[in-house]
Amino acid sequence: MIIGINLFSRIRLLRTFPEWTRLNDITEGISQAIHLIVTLNPEVMQIAALSLYISLSATILAAVIAIPVGGFIHFHEFRGKRVLIVLIQTLYSVPTVVVGLVVYLMISRSGPFGFLGLLFTPEGMILGQTVLIIPIMMGLVISALGGVDKSISDTLIALGATGSQKIFEIVKEARYAILSAVVLGFGRAIAEVGVAMMIGGNIRGHTRVLTTAITLETGMGKFGFSIALGIILLAVALIVVVTLNLITSGLDRDAQQLAGGPRG
Amino acid sequence: MIEIGHLSLRFGEREILKDINLRIRPGEIFTLIGPSGSGKTTLIRLIDLLESPTAGTIFFDGQDTATSEAGRLAFRRRMGMVFQKPAVLNTTVAGNVAFGLKFRGVTGTEQEERVNKALRLVGLAEFGPRRALTLSGGEMQRVALARAMVTEPEVLLLDEPTANLDPVSAELIEDLILKINREFKTTIIMSTHDMIQGQRLADRIGVIMDGKLVQTGTSTDIFYQPMGQKIARFVGIEAITGGIVVENTSGHALIRVKDTCIEALTGIGAGKRVALYIRPEEVTLTPTDSLPPKSSVRNQIPGWIKRMVPSGPFIRVTVDCTIPITALITRRSCTELGFSPGSLVTAGVKATAIHVLPDEGENPVNKFIC
Repeated sequence: MIIGINLFSRIRLLRTFPEWTRLNDITEGISQAIHLIVTLNPEVMQIAALSLYISLSATILAAVIAIPVGGFIHFHEFRGKRVLIVLIQTLYSVPTVVVGLVVYLMISRSGPFGFLGLLFTPEGMILGQTVLIIPIMMGLVISALGGVDKSISDTLIALGATGSQKIFEIVKEARYAILSAVVLGFGRAIAEVGVAMMIGGNIRGHTRVLTTAITLETGMGKFGFSIALGIILLAVALIVVVTLNLITSGLDRDAQQLAGGPRG
Repeated sequence: MIEIGHLSLRFGEREILKDINLRIRPGEIFTLIGPSGSGKTTLIRLIDLLESPTAGTIFFDGQDTATSEAGRLAFRRRMGMVFQKPAVLNTTVAGNVAFGLKFRGVTGTEQEERVNKALRLVGLAEFGPRRALTLSGGEMQRVALARAMVTEPEVLLLDEPTANLDPVSAELIEDLILKINREFKTTIIMSTHDMIQGQRLADRIGVIMDGKLVQTGTSTDIFYQPMGQKIARFVGIEAITGGIVVENTSGHALIRVKDTCIEALTGIGAGKRVALYIRPEEVTLTPTDSLPPKSSVRNQIPGWIKRMVPSGPFIRVTVDCTIPITALITRRSCTELGFSPGSLVTAGVKATAIHVLPDEGENPVNKFIC
């Protein structure tokens, strides 16, 4: 009876002061988050490390595929090239759960690649995220190369470049834009939840990553843990962007500006 | 050095170049002039083997360039090219100049020495470590010139190299072109729509109009004896049409245009329809009220000033002598002689200064008497 009244009054309280309650949750969550981060909570750190490992691996794998294939598409004329590019651009916005579903069907026990045993493993998640970010990376690599003026290509040929020497120099000329494509791919990989959930299965200590953990913990009302993970997710993104800035800041100021990089 | 035979290029329905025949001599500066869009750039690109012709041949040093891609690359590596809009790559000035050497496998100290030499040639010795994209237009064009010259090409192709530059930078480039031609004996083929530049630099000039090479010759040939109205207009002469040769005594002709009789030197026989071409610089103007001093000028045609258009330090004066005659007079003499629209003047033209060509459409005409 007492419990019943208690519950009732609590619900009334929530209805009367919903903002106050959530605000309280948030401040409590933040203080808990700071505590978890400062004390280097092993579970939080393990989840963050796994996220980074999976998304970085997927980014590297996707880059290794997307840059040469994007280059091939840009430098060769063939029938249906425009259609192919439109198709790639359409896949920019493919829902992560659709990629998750397709990859799931491919690697599930009864699927064509079931024998690899990739379902519910970090490696399966890497595969899924790779498939997810290849279109956006490839599409942006194609636009990056297309952004190099045709006069550059003419100049290189006139200077006596062979076919491969020309391609090498043009890729080099588009390096900053290609780097942006890679970073954007990484951003999509680390922020997505559909593939990680469907392929990884959110298994604690095995396939649980930042985004799936946030989904789970929020569902269970553990806002503090969720907020801590959210902050870490942003921190990881920050580290990647800062690293990128450090790479480009090896150049002098005007080069950075011309490359569309950071100023100052 | 380069022999072009029956060269044509089509893009779909559009015919860009039509049956070009041209022979470039070793060591000469050959200038292609013509209005924008006439096909100059395309011809230069074809010579540099950047494009392939629809028909016709290009021989380089006696060898046919229509060969495998590797063969074309070998020919291309014996030429240098500077484009109208210089494209520099996002690296240092020295890095840009080094490309041609890098592609040919020249590395290390030799590369460095040759890059420095090329930069000294164009007067940018100190610019090596600078970012190429921060240069001015004129400096970029000099870098492009150094980049083309660093490989010591036998033929240097320049596509409107000064079109986007201020007069001072343009003059610098022109001096460099002459210097390269003299010092290295490089054969130079350049295009320009600036006919004065063509005249200043070229040993020979080719005029391209609507994809056709319509006249080839020295600057005197082109500027004083244009073959046709279009070329004449391009080199600054308005044709006087509707003339008829009244009589011709061993090359000394009397030509009637409307009510005016003009003496000129031509082999065209009596009764033929002709057009007259007079360079505005060759026309003298004197006020009608002050009798002109006795002179060897055979044609003294009275008229009145119809129009005065300033052109730099000169004024282009169009005189209506029933036929329009244009004179180029300095501003100072215009003021001193008190010329203004409506003034009565006498236009003087030497018989030798008139270029006579058959008029298009030779209809038989009645004989006139002067």
